[in-house]
Amino acid sequence: MSDPTRMSADQMAHALSARELSSVELTTAHLDRIDAVEGSVHAFLHVDREGALATAADVDARRAAGDQLGHLAGVPIAVKDVVATRGMPTTCGSKILQGWIPPYDATITASIKRAGLPILGKTNMDEFAMGSSTEHSAYGPTYNPWDTGRVPGGSGGGSAAAVSAFEAPLAIGTDTGGSIRQPGAFTGTVGVKPTYGAVSRYGLVAMASSLDQAGPVSRTVLDAALLHELISGHDPMDSTSINAPSAPVVAAARRGELRGLRVGLIRELGGEGLQPGVRARFDEAVALLTGAGADVVEVSIPSLEYALAAYYLVMPSEASSNLARFDAMRYGLRVNPDGVTDPSAEQVMAATREAGFGDEVKRRIILGTYALSSGYYDAYYGSAQKVRTLLARDFATAFEGLDVLASPTVPTTAYPLGDKLDDPLAMYLGDIATLPANLVGIPGLSLPIGLADEDSMPVGLQLMAPATADERLYNAAAGLERLLVDAWGQPLIDRAPALPLQSNEAAS
Amino acid sequence: MSEPVTGISRQDVEHLAGLARIDLSDAELDHLAAELPAILDHVAVVQHAAGDDVPAMSHPLPVDNVFRPDQVRPSLSPEDALAAAPASEQQRFLVPKILGEQ
Repeated sequence: MSDPTRMSADQMAHALSARELSSVELTTAHLDRIDAVEGSVHAFLHVDREGALATAADVDARRAAGDQLGHLAGVPIAVKDVVATRGMPTTCGSKILQGWIPPYDATITASIKRAGLPILGKTNMDEFAMGSSTEHSAYGPTYNPWDTGRVPGGSGGGSAAAVSAFEAPLAIGTDTGGSIRQPGAFTGTVGVKPTYGAVSRYGLVAMASSLDQAGPVSRTVLDAALLHELISGHDPMDSTSINAPSAPVVAAARRGELRGLRVGLIRELGGEGLQPGVRARFDEAVALLTGAGADVVEVSIPSLEYALAAYYLVMPSEASSNLARFDAMRYGLRVNPDGVTDPSAEQVMAATREAGFGDEVKRRIILGTYALSSGYYDAYYGSAQKVRTLLARDFATAFEGLDVLASPTVPTTAYPLGDKLDDPLAMYLGDIATLPANLVGIPGLSLPIGLADEDSMPVGLQLMAPATADERLYNAAAGLERLLVDAWGQPLIDRAPALPLQSNEAAS
Repeated sequence: MSEPVTGISRQDVEHLAGLARIDLSDAELDHLAAELPAILDHVAVVQHAAGDDVPAMSHPLPVDNVFRPDQVRPSLSPEDALAAAPASEQQRFLVPKILGEQ
């Protein structure tokens, strides 16, 4: 039969339940694909062949025995290395956690295991999710499957690249300022940051607790909805988890009704500074929406002017506090300072953090320590928190009478490796359209809408909805996806150049 | 509200690194001292964004304290809890001395 890795997760699920395919066959096909392309993509930090095949065999046996299984049972998945997985390494892309095996599962890991999805492995990421290119991983960068000379975005470049390169149909990402949506835009995949509190954060290694949110990475809108539904819901282990029924995202993704949809284009994110190919594809997508009967208007969010600055205060402040747990005492690396006999715990901690953290993590910890220090707190952290209030008010006003807001996900397409490594501010600026949703807590989705003419790299469109109305994203994105695929005659991902394949013999 | 002095010196970075418990090398101190002022210049605009009447927002959704029933439930075994420790002894984390000699 044809290559099963090319199907959508939903198609795989149907093939499994129709017994046209076993989960062992499907999982093996993905593991083989990983073997063949990892040399050029490097999406994974750890591949769990045995564990994935054991789950697959178990699901096949249960299906053969007539057990009632969930829709995605037997469909393999990749998990970002910031999510705790019992018995499987979890490094967060950092040397300080090299070899750490969590003694417990994150709630989303437990949900995935309960639903019978074989976990293929853990995906690469910027260290502690700090970065927008996956170049800040301590274990080397991930390469964009569309052009391996370019970055896949970040911090979840590994999850996006794995899905884009057909190494996995689904992946878990986490998004603090765009780490699911921006890699989605850069790799021609779908990525969703749910409403803050919709998905449990228990077992996610925290960067910025008031911004972090896990979500789905996939190749189609429906696949994202299926995974979103599987991981969302109230969790008593996360006190910020929303205690209410999950948004009906799968039904919305199957609906995709654009007629009468009220869409607001955010003026501040559509103007200058957009790469020409991003602007062209965005304008075409908007024209498609209008042509399908959507009402499109322009809205303004004046406080966006301060959003990037507020984000780069709130995030490092919370990160500097969260990362204080890496103290070399209970887990992770321990390094003794040079030339000190009988060092104190404090000296060991300082030497360990010097050796175990990379440049970007140190930069953000120092920045956060500064913003939180006595005499500066009100001016920096306090003021940044007020900007969040202004943004929340502006978004509430903008959403009045509208279903969703739209913007390009990122002002540019994926850039060459090394391009922005020495200019942190330039890299931070790429997050301008995605980080407001984190500051306000609303959901955001990135959908591939075509390739830029100048570099043939994917462009993403971002949709945002009010908090807890995640289903609106899926309805609008599914409708637009259908129009785009009809216009292209095939999914965008099928136009990605073929990756060089490595035979097993060559790899060993 | 008084504005903090803008600008950050190499000594400031060294002091912050001490507070953050990171032994930065000389080269790292030089690098950060050159780089942080530009970032701080950029983020300083937040000071002019909102007046005193705007409340601070610490969380996207209102959060209240969450309690659970006071019931015993399974937790990590000592072996699991200690499995990743850099050093342990007698079912305890073994750590360097806490007090320095001064």
